[in-house]
Amino acid sequence: MKLRSLVGALAATVALPLGVAGATDLEVTHWWTSGGEAAAVAELAKAFDATGNKWVDGAIAGSGGTARPIMISRITGGDPMGATQFNHGRQAEELVEAGLMRDLSEVAEREKWREIVKPSSLLDSCTIEGKIYCAPVNIHSWQWLWLSNAAFKQAGVEVPKNWDEFVAAAPALEKAGIIPLALGGQPWQASGAFDVLMVAIAGKDVFEQVFAKKDAEVAAGPEIAKVFKAADDARRLSKGSNVQDWNQATNLVITGKAGGQIMGDWAQGEFQVAGQKAGEDYTCLPGLGVNEVISTGGDAFYFPLIEDEEKSKAQEVLASTLLKPETQVAFNLKKGSLPVRGDVDLAAANDCMKKGLDILAKGNVIQGTDQLLSPDSQKQKEDLFSEFFANPSMTPEDAQKRFAEIIADAD
Amino acid sequence: MTGLTRGSVRPNQWLRNLNAKIASIPMILTALVIFVGGTAWTVVYSFTNSKLLPRLKFVGLDQYERLWEAPRWIISIQNLAVFGFFSLIFSLVIGFVLAALMDQKIRFENTFRTIMLYPFALSFIVTGLVWQWLLNPQYGIQSIVRSLGWESFSFDPLYDSDIVIYGILIAALWQGTGLVMCLMLAGLRGIDEDIWKAARVDGIPMWKTYVLIIIPMMRGVIITTLVIIASGIVKVYDLVVAQTSGGPGIASEVPAKYVYDYMFLAQNLGQGFAASTMMLLTVAIIIVPWAYLEFGGGRKRG
Repeated sequence: MKLRSLVGALAATVALPLGVAGATDLEVTHWWTSGGEAAAVAELAKAFDATGNKWVDGAIAGSGGTARPIMISRITGGDPMGATQFNHGRQAEELVEAGLMRDLSEVAEREKWREIVKPSSLLDSCTIEGKIYCAPVNIHSWQWLWLSNAAFKQAGVEVPKNWDEFVAAAPALEKAGIIPLALGGQPWQASGAFDVLMVAIAGKDVFEQVFAKKDAEVAAGPEIAKVFKAADDARRLSKGSNVQDWNQATNLVITGKAGGQIMGDWAQGEFQVAGQKAGEDYTCLPGLGVNEVISTGGDAFYFPLIEDEEKSKAQEVLASTLLKPETQVAFNLKKGSLPVRGDVDLAAANDCMKKGLDILAKGNVIQGTDQLLSPDSQKQKEDLFSEFFANPSMTPEDAQKRFAEIIADAD
Repeated sequence: MTGLTRGSVRPNQWLRNLNAKIASIPMILTALVIFVGGTAWTVVYSFTNSKLLPRLKFVGLDQYERLWEAPRWIISIQNLAVFGFFSLIFSLVIGFVLAALMDQKIRFENTFRTIMLYPFALSFIVTGLVWQWLLNPQYGIQSIVRSLGWESFSFDPLYDSDIVIYGILIAALWQGTGLVMCLMLAGLRGIDEDIWKAARVDGIPMWKTYVLIIIPMMRGVIITTLVIIASGIVKVYDLVVAQTSGGPGIASEVPAKYVYDYMFLAQNLGQGFAASTMMLLTVAIIIVPWAYLEFGGGRKRG
């Protein structure tokens, strides 16, 4: 009797997958694991499941640095997933060149991506030799300073309106036992914060000369020297953060233990999960309140070449689902990022997202460093800035010299 | 194989122990193809400019020049030197002293031995995390001592660039000395009881017996231990990742982590291969002369 019921149970587990054979399982790998991110990715899964297919979630914890090697080795090792996240730009460049990724030009043409994706540089980053290889899902900009209103209130000073005021307010924060600037220990955070300072202080043109044209003379010049001075301030203000992950650093701001954080707009998802309101509980300053420019890096999905016909079809469905207006709205509201198409209605967007949309509409955009620099140069930059921000004895002049060398060697 | 030895014909050297030789063919092939072949492949590609995927486009010594100019690599090498030097000395000395104490026919020897050996059963990741918490100034040793009333006490090696490598060393020793102790204890047990008796009859003090008689007799065990410790030192990676991820900044980076980061994060295989070839070279410089002395150059040893 017992045995028979066991056999019955076993048979049921075998029958179960057969029953849903019409739907195709597609494994999607990504590194969206913090609270706000997970909520956003659930929206994508919901939209894809609604098409009759099944989203098999392959979240890899530990941010892009941990996830990307796993994804790449799976693709090059012959065990490709159905689709995978990358920051579009140069991270998957060689995979495409080696013929391991799928050409999405057909889907793109059918769905008129060329017309709907704004700004067009997003799609350009997906294009290699005239063919489109990825579906952009959001625009993430790095250039934000997030401030805790409660922390400034406790310190008895006004919430600053730009970087200079922030630096000036720092002593009051310190006196109240608050860390002025939260900065996590992960290397990409230090490197990203520097890029933000660069756009804000030296401006868009200098940023482009250094990262797009790789002009080492500008990188060694007086404009960048000013940026390193500001980075020196930031280093002083961030002393005592003692956290690793970016969301732990954001959490210091949310709880009022830190005054502010330079972080991309993905930080907004964390404020939302914590139930905080833009403008009331926290303040955001795009371009550090100095130079309102945002970069248009972001996330995109790439689709490895798969023999299986059913799965290939499901890949197409997923690609078109990702750019549907409803998916774009649902996903980006949760994620705190901006949609990739200009024609969707973001009435529900909060204060900060509206600021971002405004800047986007004005066209004050730059390309992100992920789009401009190879992962190799990015890593060297990360090594430099994680050392700079952790080691007070390293002078801004020395750091700038090394920075110029990296730019000179960049490809 | 008696058939082969029939008659007065001397058996062919190659056919002796044929079964054993056939049985070891898979392992020989594995060693040749995977270890030697893989090593050769890595060395060859370290002279190319391979990025994400291996490409045979030779660039001479460029990768090595860049490697030795990279501040992070230099720091990694210095860290490895400091870590290696102290971990070799301390784990040998502490391990031996513990073993010698344990050898005094104490009560509950089994219990003590188990306690000492337990850390070794943990993975480096767990050890790293445990010590990360212990050394965290907000929750760990520092906060406990402060809560006992010693307010100015400060002990946060993992957040101080200058001494962070010693914080890692502490965790490595905690994990590794138990094994060294057990190896040494086995060595001590292998010493004939009569030697102790003879030494006692001659009135030689105990410490002198250890230093002049017992340790030289334990040569084999000590060399085995040295090899085990040394290989652990060169490949140290997971402990650093779990404890500090190379931080603060790049102050606790090690060569193995450089190799991984440049191969997979920076998508620059050539650079990673160059770094791993340098690691191989370092090991070879240490191992080859020792192996020559130990196994080659005549058979002086019994």
